[in-house]
Amino acid sequence: MASARLKVPKKAKKGDIITVKSLIKHKMETGQRKGKDGKPIPRMIIKNVTATYNGAEVFSADWAPAVSANPFLSFKVRATESGTIELKWTDDNGKVVSQSAKITVQ
Amino acid sequence: MKIRQLLLALTGTIAVAGLGLGFVVSQTTSAKAEGIRSGYTYATKETQGLQDDEMSNPGYLWVDTGEDLWSKAEGDAGKSCNDCHGDAADSMKKAGVSYPKYKDDIGKMQNIEQRINQCRTDNMKAKAWKWESNQLLSMTTYVRNQSTGMPVSVAVDGPAKPFFEKGKAFFNQRRGLLDMACKHCHEDNAGNLIRANVLSQGQINGFPVYRLKWGKVGSSHRRFRGCNKQVRAKPFKNGSDEYVNLELYVAWRGRGLPVETPAVRN
Ligand code: HEC
Ligand code: HEC
Repeated sequence: MASARLKVPKKAKKGDIITVKSLIKHKMETGQRKGKDGKPIPRMIIKNVTATYNGAEVFSADWAPAVSANPFLSFKVRATESGTIELKWTDDNGKVVSQSAKITVQ
Repeated sequence: MKIRQLLLALTGTIAVAGLGLGFVVSQTTSAKAEGIRSGYTYATKETQGLQDDEMSNPGYLWVDTGEDLWSKAEGDAGKSCNDCHGDAADSMKKAGVSYPKYKDDIGKMQNIEQRINQCRTDNMKAKAWKWESNQLLSMTTYVRNQSTGMPVSVAVDGPAKPFFEKGKAFFNQRRGLLDMACKHCHEDNAGNLIRANVLSQGQINGFPVYRLKWGKVGSSHRRFRGCNKQVRAKPFKNGSDEYVNLELYVAWRGRGLPVETPAVRN
């Protein structure tokens, strides 16, 4: 099921700064809320998101409970060569969702 | 002073207090003169920005799920939506602007969620999706997204007329411990502040909407329930005749507004 979106420009000139945009479906439960029964709801957030460009890490972030549900993330990277940009989101359960997109660099 | 309510219509301020729950509406504009406006126009720049970009609007995650479901065969007939309807961009383009619609076979109004479920039960021989389930929300959001930008246009004459009148009466009917009608907030006070929120006209052109407070997409009926509960009135069931008729009236109030599904609201 499509639970994440990733957008990378299809084409770029070598050396261009490009914008990568992404969205992922995740409840990002902070661990600070209480359920109807008064018990705390366990924390369940995406703890890390990492981007690779042809396998090399270009971006990584550790997220905290303050990040909203279904978070949007955007960052910039320099277009160096044609290939694949991949994002991987890892949550507290260790579940990994990945999404990749191709870019042609001229 | 009665517990039920205290409604002071001063020239500058309206204060409504009831049962430890206080609404303060501060008047800055003359609301009725504003014409028909989408909730979008009352939203903050940040919220509008989230909605505008398909890559930042989380509602599109539901559109994507709906798109996946569109081609998935389910039920005893072994069919998917796509098998009968083909490309949704063509076949569903008009569906988003015209519901709720009067249906002869049931002798009443049917909204888009119910139409989708009718296709599931009658045409696919599959189980109806539950209201507010991930599937029904995703499919409704996907179908209605095909009409984005097109003006809302529901038929309220002919056989729809009595249902329209019921919806209108509901909208203007005081209810709940606070004894307030939809109209008191969304007609008389649109544009004014209620606590920290700007009251909009309560339009549904963006539904299902992604609400930041919900952290997900929700139906217009979920919103109606929330607004009923806000005035301490008993909410009706999602998909009830009462809400479908109300939906018809509210859609008509917003006639001509562009469909914005999935809109983003706080
Ligand atoms: C076996 C064929 C079949 C399948 C499968 C099917 N439908 Fe339909 N659908 C129809 C028919 C027939 C109509 C009625 C067309 C009309 O009234 O003009 C219809 C009407 C609709 C309408 C109303 C369109 C309008 O403009 O008023 C919607 C929305 C719809 N279907 C959605 C779906 C969805 C979503 C699915 C999959 C979950 C689906 N349908 C599966 C046959 C099918
Ligand atoms: C006590 C005031 C109050 C009453 C009465 C009330 N609402 Fe609301 N409603 C709100 C507030 C506050 C919001 C959130 C801000 C906004 O959009 O106005 C809201 C939002 C909405 C929205 C979402 C608008 C959008 O653009 O997404 C709809 C639809 C709505 N209300 C419909 C209704 C209906 C129908 C009724 C009557 C059953 C009703 N409301 C009664 C206060 C009220």
